[in-house]
Amino acid sequence: MAVKFDIQNLNAWFGSMHVLKNINMKIEENAVTAIIGPSGSGKTTFLRCLNRMHEITPGARVSGKVLFNGINIYDDGVDPVMIRRKIGMVFQKPNPFPMMSIYDNVAAGLKLNGIRDKKILDAAVRRSLELANLWDEVNGALNRSGASLSVGQQQRLCIARALAVEPEVLLMDEPTSALDPIAAAKIEALIRKLAKNYTVVIVTHNMQQAARVSDYTAFFYLGELIEYGPTKQIFENPKHELTKRYITGEFG
Amino acid sequence: MDHYKFRVVKNHLVQFLVYLALFLALVPLFSILYEVVVRGFSTISIEFFIKPTPTVGEVGGGVANAIQGTLITIGLASLIGVPIGLMSGIFLSEYGESKLSVVVRFLHDVLMGIPSIVIGVFAYALITLSIGFSVIAAAFALSVIMIPIVTRTTEEALKLVPMSIREAAIALGIPRWKATVTVVFSGAKKAIVTGLLLSIARIAGESAPVLVTMGFWRWWFAGFDRPVANLALDIFIFAMSPFKNWLTLAWGSALVLILLVLGISVAARVLTKGRY
Repeated sequence: MAVKFDIQNLNAWFGSMHVLKNINMKIEENAVTAIIGPSGSGKTTFLRCLNRMHEITPGARVSGKVLFNGINIYDDGVDPVMIRRKIGMVFQKPNPFPMMSIYDNVAAGLKLNGIRDKKILDAAVRRSLELANLWDEVNGALNRSGASLSVGQQQRLCIARALAVEPEVLLMDEPTSALDPIAAAKIEALIRKLAKNYTVVIVTHNMQQAARVSDYTAFFYLGELIEYGPTKQIFENPKHELTKRYITGEFG
Repeated sequence: MDHYKFRVVKNHLVQFLVYLALFLALVPLFSILYEVVVRGFSTISIEFFIKPTPTVGEVGGGVANAIQGTLITIGLASLIGVPIGLMSGIFLSEYGESKLSVVVRFLHDVLMGIPSIVIGVFAYALITLSIGFSVIAAAFALSVIMIPIVTRTTEEALKLVPMSIREAAIALGIPRWKATVTVVFSGAKKAIVTGLLLSIARIAGESAPVLVTMGFWRWWFAGFDRPVANLALDIFIFAMSPFKNWLTLAWGSALVLILLVLGISVAARVLTKGRY
């Protein structure tokens, strides 16, 4: 298996608050890596460091390296806009563009990057919605508002929107925490399907979810990477005492 | 149970006071509208809309030149004021909490509180003194009145767009400025347009700065370095005059000014109406 991300000595701050401490880990290509840990352990910050979204928060700072396909995304001369096109993101709360139709939501990334050809857009919208398991539900109603969908559908719409710009990686920040169990199960099935062609990194509070969908699991605690390995090993045979206590529900 | 009754009475009392306040606030509004519509309506005829200001002693005449002049002045003022106001609004909302933005915000608040006649004198000193009484000078003065209103309403409107919408756009690999002018702006469109309309309605009704920079003009548009007629100023001049014909025209002008502002407002709302 190839390495998609090679993270070396990654540190992150909000102002004077040191939220990620010296993280070193490699993330496999075309696999699902789950980030687990209690609130405030730096999971979301870690995720946002992988596509340079961390730095858009005022006062946020990063040091260390994140090699993506062997290139450090924090090198001078690397354009964060180009990085984010390759590394898509899905957020905790579904956030479709409220003034746009379903079609325009999915096409937004392409349109705003200058693609005007209707045929290309049509094909990309259909392909992305099919990939996101939403096509059958919205086919024929693409002109409806994105905000008119159910919350679960909105989240799949956001996944379709991220997929439309053809990223290599999908970062997901607790993508099912705002959803009911049935909608969440659909997203989980979708994640397994996407892992065939995409590298997925998912932050989750739900340990069963991590166990179900991921190939690798990383346990973060207070800004440090405590343990990282194949999901089966982390859940069945954790090496670290903290990991064991967290996955057995002793704290969280 | 007694305590409960007391709360019910209290509730009714507060409700009564709220409705009373609403009624008191609406009385002047409706009496003005009633007076203007009734008195203005009787002066309105086809002639009123196609003829310019009559000379003293002349019978009839209209306010066509003032409608033309007001539209030109408002249009020119918006041409200067709207881009500057929108840009500074974007700056304040999107480009963060620097010392500069604190200063800019404060100065806009100060500017909003400056009496319009002072702004008129400023424009007089800056422009009228060098090129004479002109529509350019008046439009400049009105744009200065406009800028802080547009800036602050744009800033507030943009701030209401959730951060998650900006992040969604940025995470798609869209440059920040593009995310702002497309996705963020479309989310704030209605509130921004409302701000623009407020500022246009405000300057359409200004007479003091117009008087200082451009003066009264009875003719049609004759070039940007000359004055044009203006509805708000016409109302002032006509109403102060002793001539019966002009006094009638003052009511007509007031009605037209109100309808004009209403028309701009309705048109802008229809044009910016989203599909959702």
